[in-house]
Amino acid sequence: MAKGNIVARTGNEAMAEAMRQINPDVVAAYPITPATEIVQIFASYVADGLVSTEFVPVESEHSAMSACIGSSAAGGRTMTGTSSQGLALMAEMLYIAAGLRLPIVLAVVNRALSSPINIHCDHSDTMMVRDSGWIQIFSENSQEAYDNMIQAVKIAEKAAIPVIVTTDGFIISHGMERIEILDDADVKNFVGEYKPKDYLLKLEEPITAGALDLTDYYFEHKRQQIEGFKASKAVILDVAKEFAVIAGRSYGLFEKYRLDDAEIALVAMGSTAGTTKVVVDELRQKGLKAGLLKPRVFRPFPKEEILEALKKLKAIAVMDRSDSMNGHEGPLCAEIKAAFYDIGVNKPVLNYIYGLGGREIRPEDIALVFSELSEVAGGKEKPKVSYLGVRE
Amino acid sequence: MNIKEVVKRKELFTGGHRACAGCGAAIVARQVLMAAGPDTVVASATGCLEVVSTIFPYTAWNVPFIHSAFENAAATISGVEALYRSWARQKKYDKKVNFIAFGGDGGTYDIGLQALSGAMERGHNILYVCYNNEAYMNTGVQRSSATPIGADTTTAPVGKVQKGKAQYRKDLTAIMVAHGIPYAAQAVVGNWRDLTNKVEKALSIEGPKFINVFQPCRLGWSYKPELTCEMGRLAVDTCAWPLYEVTNGQYKVTRPKEKKPIAEWLKLQGRFAHLFRPENKALLDQIQAETDKAWEELLRKENIASQAAAPAQPKSI
Ligand SMILES: Cc1ncc(C[n+]2csc(CCOP(=O)(O)OP(=O)(O)O)c2C)c(N)n1
Ligand code: SF4
Ligand SMILES: [Mg+2]
Repeated sequence: MAKGNIVARTGNEAMAEAMRQINPDVVAAYPITPATEIVQIFASYVADGLVSTEFVPVESEHSAMSACIGSSAAGGRTMTGTSSQGLALMAEMLYIAAGLRLPIVLAVVNRALSSPINIHCDHSDTMMVRDSGWIQIFSENSQEAYDNMIQAVKIAEKAAIPVIVTTDGFIISHGMERIEILDDADVKNFVGEYKPKDYLLKLEEPITAGALDLTDYYFEHKRQQIEGFKASKAVILDVAKEFAVIAGRSYGLFEKYRLDDAEIALVAMGSTAGTTKVVVDELRQKGLKAGLLKPRVFRPFPKEEILEALKKLKAIAVMDRSDSMNGHEGPLCAEIKAAFYDIGVNKPVLNYIYGLGGREIRPEDIALVFSELSEVAGGKEKPKVSYLGVRE
Repeated sequence: MNIKEVVKRKELFTGGHRACAGCGAAIVARQVLMAAGPDTVVASATGCLEVVSTIFPYTAWNVPFIHSAFENAAATISGVEALYRSWARQKKYDKKVNFIAFGGDGGTYDIGLQALSGAMERGHNILYVCYNNEAYMNTGVQRSSATPIGADTTTAPVGKVQKGKAQYRKDLTAIMVAHGIPYAAQAVVGNWRDLTNKVEKALSIEGPKFINVFQPCRLGWSYKPELTCEMGRLAVDTCAWPLYEVTNGQYKVTRPKEKKPIAEWLKLQGRFAHLFRPENKALLDQIQAETDKAWEELLRKENIASQAAAPAQPKSI
């Protein structure tokens, strides 16, 4: 059911559009390819008076996140965007924002980390901060990027946890797509007003934010943060339900594509999930029971739910668009294997590291993964970790 | 500011914090807030001041306070002030609020210089107060770019071949003046009237302001704790730390009644003890000569600026 207006938007445009409709109090940002456009477009909204946001063109990403922390702690709805090196420079402040329980929303356009320097997509930047205490939501396309940004505001504020929404650099950020945009009023209504309990500008009740916690309190405060993080899964699902009402599009912690009766499946995040769907359809026509699981929420990791969805499969291929440099496997694969250990299941799980630095991932590549997976399901041995599409 | 009236005001930076006896940083915080009043939001960098005043579940701050990291007090307060602007524009908030950032010399001259420069250039309506004790005290007296030549610190120690820090300190106040901000000043612990007047004046001006407050640290400088204010005053009298302000490009220098030799100030501090060994006489003389030169240079700037009377570029938006 289409509820909005059909428009053509790149991922960056879609995210900027969502930000315009959200109309945050403060945006503090610094340019970096391929995320630059988001804040450039947003700055033009500010210049045209289309938003009441105070835009702070800071001198670095470290200061961007620091200013966001100041604004959010002061009581304002606060957003920013970045990529790669910018996210790395923010890393210190990401942990601090999460520890302070500040509901900041950050658009991350995934791009490879240096070195070597590269501007194209992989997930190494977002993975680098996967333990920072931010919720991480991956988008498959511009539509999801738009929808996720709007939901992120509400998730962050309800859970008191900051949220990263990602797109894939260039593939989504610069790819023009047909998407549905909601009415301004619907978005305004949906996100509502942000009403924090304690905030710096409440002068009558002064707070001290960012106090020094020593051996006697730090652990308890971290424990609370951990519990809040676990509880955020339910918040994400609640917000998705509310969103479905206004948008007619449903979201979960992950998406299952022809998975329920599948025998073999890929697990893939971001734009690659879209490519995989095409291949799954082709294979299904040939009679192969192929499927896909696309994690939408990587943090918190929906362990039980993903296990439930994967446990009947004969073999699984986990697609990692980054490497952990741990000497054995990628970050998504490590999560999934660890989850299986908990239920005592030793299932064949192949890990494919692919697309580093924007290396193309084509339907043929994915078809190859499925064919290897079929062999494994039939009892053949394959290397646990393969590097897909690289010249060895 | 009237002292009889001041003592009746509510303490905004309270006692009970864990600073060393005789700590000048606590005096800076207390006097700055005394002048600013309760409608103030404070951001602080990591460092002695933050560490001694916010040990959970206690706080010495009776005004809204935020600490987030070491190098970013200026950026953090920028964000707070940006929200204020946003809310004012949306007609959601109508109080007048002071925005003050505190940073040590390490958090200001060194690791926080970029964030400070950015905030000043963007023209936020903030006051940045550097409490300058001339070293990284919180982590155990390491050298900073504010540490003067010849001082003994744990990362530029006095040894068999080295005589403490080999470089001159950076002139951060001049760097701030070069940003064309409407108000920059130097003040000192030990002259409360001058400091509070400067804070009041700064807060009456729209735009970014900077005050560099010289802060004797009894631990790092190694002197008797009861001498803190005296150490500050002597720094002024010897021109180790001249008091001055630059308002829209206009310099106003406070001259000591009688300019004393720098040795009178140096000799009271353990960090300079080695300078008084006969073999270091040349360095001691060099320090005196440099101090004189810097003082003459400051007076020259005051003179030129008053002749030219060119207003600095206004920086408020
Ligand atoms: C990014 C980062 N680097 C280093 C530190 C360790 N550190 C904390 S306070 C400090 C020195 C503070 O010196 P200064 O700013 O002069 O303040 P003071 O302690 O002298 O008051 C250092 C090095 C830190 N907290 N964060
Ligand atoms: S070390 Fe120096 S600055 Fe730090 S608390 Fe002690 S006296 Fe104050
Ligand atoms: Mg210091």
